[in-house]
This record gives sequence, C-alpha cells and structure tokens, in this order.
Amino acid sequence: MSRLQVVSGKGGTGKTTVAAALALALATEGKRTLLVEVEGRQGIAQLFETEALPYEERKIAVASGGGEVFALAIDAERALLDYLQMFYKLGSAGRALKKIGAIDFATTIAPGVRDVLLTGKACEAVRRRDKRGRFVYDYVVMDAPPTGRITRFLNVNDEVAGLAKIGPIHNQAQAVMRVLKSPETAVHLVTLLEEMPVQETADGIAELRGAELRVGKVIVNMVRPHLLDEAAVRAAAGDRRKEVAKALAMAGVPAPTKLVGPLLDQAAEHAQRVELERDQRAVLAKLALPTYELPLVGEGMDLAGLYRLAGELRELGEVFA
Amino acid sequence: MTLDSAAAPLEIDPLLDDPATRIVVCCGSGGVGKTTTAAALGVRAAERGRKVVVLTIDPARRLAQSMGIDSLDNTPRQVKGVGGPGELHAMMLDMKRTFDEIVEAHADPDRARAILENPFYQSLSAGFAGTQEYMAMEKLGQLRARDDWDLIIVDTPPSRSALDFLDAPKRLGSFLDGKFIRLLMAPAKMGGRAGMKFLNVGMSMMTGTLGKLLGGQFLRDVQTFITAMDTMFGGFRTRADATYRLLQAPGTAFLVVAAPERDALREAAYFVERLAAEEMPLAGLVLNRVHGSGAARLSAERARAAAENLEDSRIVDQEAGNAQGRGSAVPEGSSPEASETHEPPLEAPAPDESDASTLPAASAAPESVASVTTVEQLTAGLLRLHAERMQVLAREERTRDRFTALHPEVAVAEVPALPGDVHDLAGLRAIADRLAAGGTTS
Repeated sequence: MSRLQVVSGKGGTGKTTVAAALALALATEGKRTLLVEVEGRQGIAQLFETEALPYEERKIAVASGGGEVFALAIDAERALLDYLQMFYKLGSAGRALKKIGAIDFATTIAPGVRDVLLTGKACEAVRRRDKRGRFVYDYVVMDAPPTGRITRFLNVNDEVAGLAKIGPIHNQAQAVMRVLKSPETAVHLVTLLEEMPVQETADGIAELRGAELRVGKVIVNMVRPHLLDEAAVRAAAGDRRKEVAKALAMAGVPAPTKLVGPLLDQAAEHAQRVELERDQRAVLAKLALPTYELPLVGEGMDLAGLYRLAGELRELGEVFA
Repeated sequence: MTLDSAAAPLEIDPLLDDPATRIVVCCGSGGVGKTTTAAALGVRAAERGRKVVVLTIDPARRLAQSMGIDSLDNTPRQVKGVGGPGELHAMMLDMKRTFDEIVEAHADPDRARAILENPFYQSLSAGFAGTQEYMAMEKLGQLRARDDWDLIIVDTPPSRSALDFLDAPKRLGSFLDGKFIRLLMAPAKMGGRAGMKFLNVGMSMMTGTLGKLLGGQFLRDVQTFITAMDTMFGGFRTRADATYRLLQAPGTAFLVVAAPERDALREAAYFVERLAAEEMPLAGLVLNRVHGSGAARLSAERARAAAENLEDSRIVDQEAGNAQGRGSAVPEGSSPEASETHEPPLEAPAPDESDASTLPAASAAPESVASVTTVEQLTAGLLRLHAERMQVLAREERTRDRFTALHPEVAVAEVPALPGDVHDLAGLRAIADRLAAGGTTS
C-alpha cells in the first residue's frame, strides 16, 4: 500500500485530472488526502473551480462518505525560506539572501535543489503525524512533472549527490530518496491509446525502473466507447448503403440518403481508430503492469466529470489503496 | 467541414512563402502537436521552394523517423524525399553539446577544459531547469547567424510553463551577470584588497549560510566554475539580449499551437497576451485535431433518439433471428484474426444478403459470424457514433469560442483531426495540407 501516489504522464493526457480524481477516490470513508502540485501551473485550482491556491494546505473538496481532499501548490522559493527559517532561524537574513539573488540561484539555477525542495515537501506531508501519532494525511497524491522529466525529478539523489556531498540539502535528498524508493511510493503513468503517449509511457517505465523507482499503474485516460466493430463498418460500407438509408428513414431521420455517406465516413474513421487502439493496448499489455481505463468525459472536464472519474477509480477498487 | 470560425483565417502559405519570414517559432503547452506542426511546416515550406531548417527540441522517435532520420542530433541533416525546389534540414537540440561548444569557442583550451570538467558545470549543462530553453535560443541565434537557411522553424521546449523559453535566457543571463555571482567571485578576484573588506564580510556570511545549506564542496565548485567562466559572462548576456531582439524582429513569426481543449487553449490565451506584452510578432493560432462532421445538420439529440428507435425494433428482430437458429455461437477470440485476413475493408463486395456471413472472410471461415449485425443494429451504431462526434464538436466549439471571444484579433488555422498517427513524410504533408487549408476557408 503506497501512501505517496505520484501521477505523471505525457502532456495532454490529463494527468492533473487523473491525480485530482485519484485524490478524491482515495478520500473515502473519512479518509484525508493531500493533492500537491509542483509545477506552479495552478491546474488544481482550475479543475476544482476555485481561486489560485496559496502556499498552504487548504481543503478544496469533500468526498463521498465524509472524506476530505486538501490541496497544496508547492512553491520552491517559499519552501526554501521556510526550511531555512526552521533549521537556521534565518529571519531577515533569508530576505537578504533573496535580495542578492541567492534564493533565486538555489531554487532555479542550482541543479536539483529545486526538485529536492519540492519532493521534500511532499515527503514531509507523507510522514507528518498529529499529536496522537496518527498520520495527518492517509494519502498524498502528487500531480508530478510529465513523463519525459519524471525520473530526473524524482531521482534527486543522483542530481544532488554529485554536487552537495554534505550538508542539509544532501541529507534532505537522502531522506527524500528513502521515501521515494520505498514501497510507500508508487508512480502511476497516465496515457492515451495513441502511439506517442504509449511510447513515452514505455520509455518512462524503463527509466523509472532504471532508477529503482517503483512503477505503480498505467492509467489509460479518455477511452472512447467502441460503438461499432470493424466487421459492421465493412458491411455497412459495402452494399448495405441502401438498407442503412432505409433504416435511417424508418428511425425518423430526415433526408437519410444524404447522411449515409458522411455517417459511413465517420464509421470508417472510428474503425481505423479502434484498430490503432487495439495495437496500443497490445503494446501496453507487454509492459506487464496493472492497467486501468478511464472513460472520456464527453462534455469536457468539469467538477461533475471529476467526481465521475473518481467514482470510476473507486470502483476499480482497492487497487490504489 | 470543420467548425466555422468567427476569427480571421490564418493563412499559412503566404507566411511561409514570404521571403521576409526568416524565423517561425511554434509554441504552446505539451501534447498539442507542436513538434509535428513544426515538422509539417518545414516540409511544406521546403516543397514551396524555401531552404528550411527545423530545430526540434525533444521529438518523439517516430516523428524523427517520419523525416527519414533515425536519430536527429545537433547538426542539421538534409531530409530526403522532399519534393519541389526547396530543401529541408532537420536537427534536434543537444543542450549539453551546445553549451560545450560555446565554452570551447570562447575560452582558451586550458580554461575550456577546466570548465568542462567542473562538476557544477556538468550539472548545469545537463540539467538545470532552464538550460534547455537557453540553449534552444542560443542555437536559434547560431543558425540565424550562419545564414545558410532562408527559413528557420523552431519548436519550443516542453517546459513547466510554455513561457519558460522567453524567460530562461534572461534569467541565466542575469544570474551570470548578477550581484550574487560577483559576490561569489569576490574572494578570487579581489584577494585581500583592503577596500573590499566590508564586502568580504558580507560575502563570507552569505557563502557561510549557503555553504551550510549546500555543502562547502558545492560552493567551491560553483566558485571555480564562475572564475573560469569569468571572461565569458559578458558574452552570455550579450547573446541572450541579441536573441531576444531577434525574436522581436519583423522577420520572426510566432505560431501558438493548441488543441481544442480547455487547458491547452487557456495556455494559448496566456501566451498570446505574453507575446503582446513582450512585443513579439504573433502570426496566429494553429488549432490542431479539430473534429468535423459531414453530417453536422443531424444533431446529437436527434441521432440518439433515432438510434433508440432502431434499437427498440432490433430486439424484436433478434428474437426472430434466434428462433431461426442463425444466432452466433462463436467464441470472441476467433473473429479478429479472421477479419485480419482480408485487407481492403471498404471494398468488400458484399452480395445481396443482409447477413454479415456473406462477407468474404466470413464465408471463408464460418466461425467468424460473430459480428452478425442487423441493418438496424448497424444503423443505430452509426447514429450513436454520430451523436458522440457531435458532442465532441460542440465541446470543441465552445472551447474555441471562449478563446476567440477573448482574442478576436488572433488569426486561426484549424487542422482537422487525423484518425491515425504520423509516420512518414506523406503524413507530415497531409497535416501541412490540412493546416494550409484550415485558414483559408472559414
């Protein structure tokens, strides 16, 4: 059972949506989840239709059964200043560092430091306990950087070890890696049934494994229903045009003969897509990872759609828990 | 065929044909087909007579292969198979190589070696969250300076934010030029000069804190790196500024690429605003993967209602069919294989019978009657498919309208969705055709 669920995926596959739906799905039966964002895009706020998230943990949704979802947009600069304050009581010196550009240097230019801070904050939330010693959050779900950068992002140790060989940043990196490489963490990859995202998923899995990071599930997003099989389309495109037109007329569709052509064109495209999707499913099957499919929300993603996806994920069951 | 657009059409061919157009920058959020658009524009411009180089940042393997190049690298290579009088060259940015080359070009061999071997430099050149953007712009400047091509098409890095490539050069430039660097360099440069004592006190406090945080070795690496790079800093800043001005120049055209989805168009709108603020010349918006329908006059609701009518009657039919004993009792698995054995699916000369078993494959392999489909079922399926398509259309239209309402001044070219992926030059050409047509009709 992983308490830190990292969600990555190629751009455009809907990883933020899946991360949010997963946070909602995991927040059942009074459980509390934290959804964290690390790229400063305010995607979570957009999705939950709230104003921009500040750098603080804030309740953004209530799930069925009384669960709660909190959200946090992690800001590297603020995380660093907090950190300095916590360990060095820097106070105004922190501001001075900021003024001369040292904070900017540490959070944007010094390689890896930024990632250590971002993942560090998430890991801190995973480990945090309340006064009675219970975990504050049952799960932390991270809307992580895209597949192309996820391994480098999570594998902060490699980045930082060569540079900061001692000191708190080094120790922090070590502590973070212990959490990230433990069974407490699972990295899920979101994909579509299209060639490029599937290829990128396969590459991403190889990279993650190479870095000894645990890959959790493959989540196929925006799966469209298969309304017609190829054989049917072939039959329709053959000599059945007239019959189809007749059936259309019977069903009360006006000017049916003019519609047959365009409808069959659409069906042919659909069949081609079904074929491609079958190929991509076969590629995904070779990855030998648990794979789950989420339906396309036809009306576009809004809060209702989000809750629907959360319901789907919950039905997929204990798998994420 | 596609959604009719209230926005002004974006005409691609005049843009590509104009000899005054020297740089086209494709930008937009991840996953919208930016790189594919850049490659397709390259093919089209070359076939219309221009000498083009496409600079891609991180192309999917298949896309590189579609240009007939197995592995793109830091050197432009000519793409074979491009027709017409022009030429197409393609390359992929290697950020480390590009950075190394700058160092080698601007420092004497000993100093260059010292820099290249420095651990801080190695991490900086291989990975910091801005090197790629900086080097992309650096490469663009180099390509432009060589003047070997009359059109450069640039793809932009898949950044955290689509705007990073505008900011990163400045950020790196101002860092390398900034106060902080000077503080770090102070001890090496000034030694024990008396007048600088005050600064050195401040300096050691700062480096002390950073040293604690990052570890002393790290800071020493940074200091060594900076000392070695000293003579090059001015150059970094100058080049970053020059590239920035190049982006503002009249020969440059930005194309914002998006898909008709909320997030992508929101980023596109943001980008349009940012480009205006930076006085960067925007040519228009390329809207990829737009769905259309030849049967758009049949609404989703009507199609669905008609499908329901047919399905109601189908139940009766099916019962009748089963009673006659021609129902299918075939295991699922056998049908796909059977249906793969005959190729041109749309030309299947299905004879008169309405039963699917009369299809060639089916008659060859009697088991494949799995897809016994009555004409009612079939038609209902077609209608449901259409209803789904119309729903997508409506959603895309709403999303796009929101954008055009915000930015009516932005010209738009819509690229109809292809059912499959792009694998070769023909695929890129097809995209380019759609792109060129997508802005001329409205």
